[in-house]
Amino acid sequence: MSDAIVEYRGISKFFAGIRALENVDFACAPGSIHAILGENGAGKSTLIKIMSGVLQPDAGEIRLEGRPVTFPTPHAANRAGIVCMFQELSLIPDLSVADNISISDPPRRFGLIDRRAQIARAEELLARVRCEDVDPRALVRELSLSRRQMVEIAKALGRGPKVLILDEATSALTSRDVQTVYDLLKDLKAEGVASLFISHRMHEVDALCDTLSVFRNGQHIETFAKGEKTEREIVKLMIGRDVEAQFPPRPPQRAPDRRGEPLLKVQDLRWENKLNGIDLAVCRGEIVGLGGLDGQGQKELLLALFGALRDVDGEVVVGGRKGLPSSPASAKSAATRMALVPEDRKTEGLMLGMPISDNLLAASYAKISRGPFIDPSLARQAVDDGIRKLQIKIGSADDPVMTLSGGNQQKVVIAKWLMIDPDIILLNDPTRGIDVGTKQEIYRLMRELANEGKAILFYSSDYAELIGCCDRVSVLYGGRVVSEQEGDDITEESLVAASLNIDVEAA
Amino acid sequence: MHVANGKRWLFQNLGFASALLLLLALYLSYNMLHPRGFSSAVAVQNANETAAIAFVAMAQTLPVLLGGLDLSVGAVMTLTSCIASHLVNGSPAEILFGMALTLLSGTAFGLMNGLIVVYGRIQPIIATLATGAIAIGLALLVRPKPGGDVDGDLNWALTNSVYDFAETYGFADGGNAWWLQPIANIPVPVILVALVAILVWVPFRRSVTGRTVYAIGSAEGPAFMSGLPIHRAKVAAFAIGGFFAACGGLYLAIQTSSGNADIQQAGAYTLNSIAAVVLGGTSLLGGVGSAIGSIVGAMILRVISFYFRILDIDPLLQPLIEGIVLLVAVSFGAFRTLRVKNKLDLFR
Repeated sequence: MSDAIVEYRGISKFFAGIRALENVDFACAPGSIHAILGENGAGKSTLIKIMSGVLQPDAGEIRLEGRPVTFPTPHAANRAGIVCMFQELSLIPDLSVADNISISDPPRRFGLIDRRAQIARAEELLARVRCEDVDPRALVRELSLSRRQMVEIAKALGRGPKVLILDEATSALTSRDVQTVYDLLKDLKAEGVASLFISHRMHEVDALCDTLSVFRNGQHIETFAKGEKTEREIVKLMIGRDVEAQFPPRPPQRAPDRRGEPLLKVQDLRWENKLNGIDLAVCRGEIVGLGGLDGQGQKELLLALFGALRDVDGEVVVGGRKGLPSSPASAKSAATRMALVPEDRKTEGLMLGMPISDNLLAASYAKISRGPFIDPSLARQAVDDGIRKLQIKIGSADDPVMTLSGGNQQKVVIAKWLMIDPDIILLNDPTRGIDVGTKQEIYRLMRELANEGKAILFYSSDYAELIGCCDRVSVLYGGRVVSEQEGDDITEESLVAASLNIDVEAA
Repeated sequence: MHVANGKRWLFQNLGFASALLLLLALYLSYNMLHPRGFSSAVAVQNANETAAIAFVAMAQTLPVLLGGLDLSVGAVMTLTSCIASHLVNGSPAEILFGMALTLLSGTAFGLMNGLIVVYGRIQPIIATLATGAIAIGLALLVRPKPGGDVDGDLNWALTNSVYDFAETYGFADGGNAWWLQPIANIPVPVILVALVAILVWVPFRRSVTGRTVYAIGSAEGPAFMSGLPIHRAKVAAFAIGGFFAACGGLYLAIQTSSGNADIQQAGAYTLNSIAAVVLGGTSLLGGVGSAIGSIVGAMILRVISFYFRILDIDPLLQPLIEGIVLLVAVSFGAFRTLRVKNKLDLFR
């Protein structure tokens, strides 16, 4: 691989002792379109961040056209010709399109930014991505998501990339734009640019890429030319065979007519362009999984049900009441008794600097108050109950919650919500970043809660969890449920295939 | 195309445009109510009273664009006016040297603020609360008792009309040259504020550093990811803020022919500068606005106070009415939150 533009050797990266990448060798050749495939958490995004200078590898070396280099900042990587388009757009909302396209190196006259030249440059680059309809003078804030993404592509092009990394770059685009991007990538390929294409859409990868690399558990599994393997083989490579966690036994499947009336029923739920008509039902005693790759609308669905989104359309019945709760406060109220364990416990789940006890009580002050005042003895009792029930390992309940390990922090979040005795429990990837032991405790707890008659809606980015824990799984793709699977029919292959929206049996 | 661009400008600068409109309405009716309205004398007096707060409001704009606040601007103005009260006298060369040193000391103080914020990783509001107290402390050392000795000619020349300026220094035929006539009646402070804005603010805004200041206030993450010089921009913003504050201090010293380490005055200027920035259409969240808008905001604040002189209103009502105007003006900014679709975004 001596003809590679950029080559990575023995790259490793750890986060707080957890392996994100281990001993990865990877290279991209000029004039290629290279797909990177892998499940959630396979290490794709860590690799991209290292490539683009956002993260520094803990070990290994990078060679650019044969010479060893380091990229301490994104700017350094850009200057070397490695340009990345991130999923979270890198545009500045309050600056104009033209400003954004030439953000770090604008055309200048007498040392000052030459606005006219900058607008001409923006027009030229926008024309190249066939977005003549975008006014370079408009603020990025005024543009739709799909237009922003095209501006992002124009910005990347303007930097004269040798290696262009597209991380889910087409996720918000219209089909016409997608075609434009395809054509553009083919032009760039002819010019000798290496494009790295991270996409969860198998048919895009199929249509576009000439080389495919599969990642799994932080390791580079295999790189091969397109057509060498069938989709089925690729899916197998992505799953691998790993040690699996222990799951509590699943109760026997119940026929649909014996499940009783659903406690939570959702029909044709729509919000912005993230939810595009979701149908779903959860009954008492059931754990329903939400599957699919990251960013297919799972988080938005949970937030919508919890009353955190505005202008949600669709028919929803929660505990016999029609309509969505108007706010998290009304979601947890006695009428619906809903709880949400949010995606990011550090910013949405906990008040990190406050004591464990206050965090535990945060959702249930009504229960431990007499009149307007908190009753200290009731509060202490409630805190002790919560800690005991979930076996949270703490020094003192007065310690700040940030002194706990990730697993115990998550237990605090869960205990907080169990204190309101919820009927419906929404879980957003509750086991992310916590140790195996705590994970198993959480699985057991979920099953116990279901057996007590609660309805649980559980999003996980880990397929093994969905298989092990759920009675049913709905797989989301592009803001819609594309597949519903039950009981023993839930397999890794069927889940991965549904996540990529391909039909394995047909492949 | 031109019409479309004008419309776009209006839409993108709604806060500034409405502030300008409010100012025009207020100032026109003020002049109509004033017995000697629309005269050069009234304009000169108004301009003299507005120049210092206009400079201090410009100084406040930069930290606010970054998404912070600078609580030291009034104190830096006070410190530099005390320095100027010692230095701005003597021969013309000494006067120029004294003015340069005054501006330099303010810039250096701002630079120090910037370095503390960037490399000390301290929030601007608390860092400048401390350095503001330091500035007042230094001002008291420099000028323990009010007083000073500022060149009398300079005081006369800079606090009157352009004609008087030319007459004082004997150029343009002592102010009678034909080419000076179109601007002869304009108050000198107006020219000074405009010059500083055009020579310092406009080029800064059109530099990469200036753009980075906006980018940081708008979205610091993407600004970093785009490879912009974040640290340099923050330090530069505070340094230029210090320069503007020093312009205010220098003018105040010349206008009053003295220096006074007045703690209450420093605090009032700081708070008024924040009000002026907000009135001028700059978002306290950062990323949107301009120093030109802040000048307009400062003028609005001052015009409101002028009304109390010509109308028979109890002066005790002044803070109340200023407060209501400010509250109404900033309420318009809150409409944004009605459009947010994900309520979690309100807290980010």
